[in-house]
Amino acid sequence: MIKFDNVSKRYTSGYEGLSNVSFSMEAGEMAFLTGHSGAGKSTLLKLIGLLEHATRGQVMVDGRNLGKVKSRQIPYHRRKIGMIFQDHRLLHDRTVFDNVAMPLIVSGASRAETGRRVRAALDKVNLLNKEKAYPITLSGGEQQRVGIARAVVSKPPVVLADEPTGNLDPELSKEIMELFLQFNQVGVTLLIATHDIDLVKQMNQRVLTLGSGQLIRDTTNLQEAF
Amino acid sequence: MKADAKKPVKKSSSPSMIHIWFLRHLQVAISSLGRLTRSPIGTLMTATVLGIAVSLPAGMWVMLDNVKQISGNWDAGASLSMFLKADTDEQQVDELIGKLKLMPEIQHIAYVTKDDALVEFQQFSGLGQALEILQENPLPAVLIITPTLQHSTPLQADLLLKQLNQEPLADLTQLDMEWVERFHAITEIAIRAVIVLASVLSLAVLLIIGNTIRLEIQNRHDEIEITKLVGATNSFIRRPFLYTGFWYGLLGGLIAWFLVTISLWLLSGPIEKLTGLYQSQFRLDVLDLPTTVVLLMGSAFLGLAGARIAVGRHLRAIEPD
Ligand SMILES: Nc1ncnc2c1ncn2[C@@H]1O[C@H](COP(=O)(O)OP(=O)(O)OP(=O)(O)O)[C@@H](O)[C@H]1O
Ligand SMILES: [Mg+2]
Repeated sequence: MIKFDNVSKRYTSGYEGLSNVSFSMEAGEMAFLTGHSGAGKSTLLKLIGLLEHATRGQVMVDGRNLGKVKSRQIPYHRRKIGMIFQDHRLLHDRTVFDNVAMPLIVSGASRAETGRRVRAALDKVNLLNKEKAYPITLSGGEQQRVGIARAVVSKPPVVLADEPTGNLDPELSKEIMELFLQFNQVGVTLLIATHDIDLVKQMNQRVLTLGSGQLIRDTTNLQEAF
Repeated sequence: MKADAKKPVKKSSSPSMIHIWFLRHLQVAISSLGRLTRSPIGTLMTATVLGIAVSLPAGMWVMLDNVKQISGNWDAGASLSMFLKADTDEQQVDELIGKLKLMPEIQHIAYVTKDDALVEFQQFSGLGQALEILQENPLPAVLIITPTLQHSTPLQADLLLKQLNQEPLADLTQLDMEWVERFHAITEIAIRAVIVLASVLSLAVLLIIGNTIRLEIQNRHDEIEITKLVGATNSFIRRPFLYTGFWYGLLGGLIAWFLVTISLWLLSGPIEKLTGLYQSQFRLDVLDLPTTVVLLMGSAFLGLAGARIAVGRHLRAIEPD
């Protein structure tokens, strides 16, 4: 589903955020992406969502070479990828319902279908009772769950999360990870960047470790990973 | 396989696809209008600036139309004076009038006999009895020839003059049209001035709307970024801004319509008084339906164009990171 082949990303500043990264993930696989701050975790996720372009090498997503995706096709590529951010990126002048509905509205789903799917997604993250609330009135954990509902509402085959538990206490973090496991069980390919090593240890999944832009470890053996 | 399965579904739903497309546009149009009404004062201020810019050329255009209406009356009065040779007798004059009446260019002929001319001259010159000293009437008989409306333009009237000058009985034929020519020239200049003014102010409208939309794009920076992030196409993101430009333009056009109508109404009293003094049939025309339609559509189109330019330039700069 995701395949990096000797991928490098050099920012316009000249700084190399990623160098020669190669790995691949099958459809329905789940993996954590760790590494020190500035190691290139966010950069890697941005390449998959085409928020940035690789300067060298090849990124393949769902059988498609992202180097060949024209700028007008980028929106259609992004619809296949749900993205979750540490800062949630919700719109504060819209209700929870409207925030979650955004991916459906941009892809032109009917009103009935939108209502049905938004409620299903909110139900999954346990926020059905908050659909009319504004994000500002929600706790950090609730806001993050709204962000997650938005990422999965259109049932994308790939979900990327960049520090989804960054600001949450361990209890809430665990809850969110359980949610991710559930998505993975229905076949979603998940790549989660995080600092939270304790949490990764509990989850017992594949771990990709970046160091200074290079992939320094790729293992399912947790003893080896840390 | 997959394509085969999809095809029939698409076909059968194609009429409702158009329906959905139309509905979606309507939704965006209404929500853009709703957004404008949420900040009524700012919207009204911008629309008024646009209205003033549009009303200037529109108002001038209507005035010009009115002036042309007056000039139409004057053109009808444009005439040629044919001074007849002194030895022309009445029968020759009758024959000449009969011949001239057959010419399609000529609408009307008035015959001023030598005696009539003298009486008129005595009355208007104030010389009165002084002229009676003269043994003989020195004034020639005159035919006052009014061309038809089509032949009243300077060019056509001049052609007619050349033709009439061939007439052997005529001593001299004069075209009394210099002022008409000048008037036409002045109208011509005024039309050009309106066109220049309209172009300059159209540019101003484009810039005002472009700038308004640019600010709007800046205000909604986050929203645009996130919408792009969840896979919105450029045309989806563009649409509300284009409708905003359209509404601004239409609103500006409506305000311009009111400004012009009110101005004309204020002017109509004094003008009727003035033209009444000259016993003119002149009535000040208001904005008629075709002009109103052109005004509103043109203004809305300018709004749309201004928004399109701004959106093209500024939306591309916003990319999620
Ligand atoms: N737009 C940019 N221009 C220039 N350099 C950048 C840009 N974005 C990131 N970088 C640099 O690339 C490197 C990798 O950044 P990245 O955000 O991928 O790290 P990260 O692993 O996500 O770190 P963190 O855990 O702190 O979020 C950093 O050194 C950063 O300074
Ligand atoms: Mg990061």
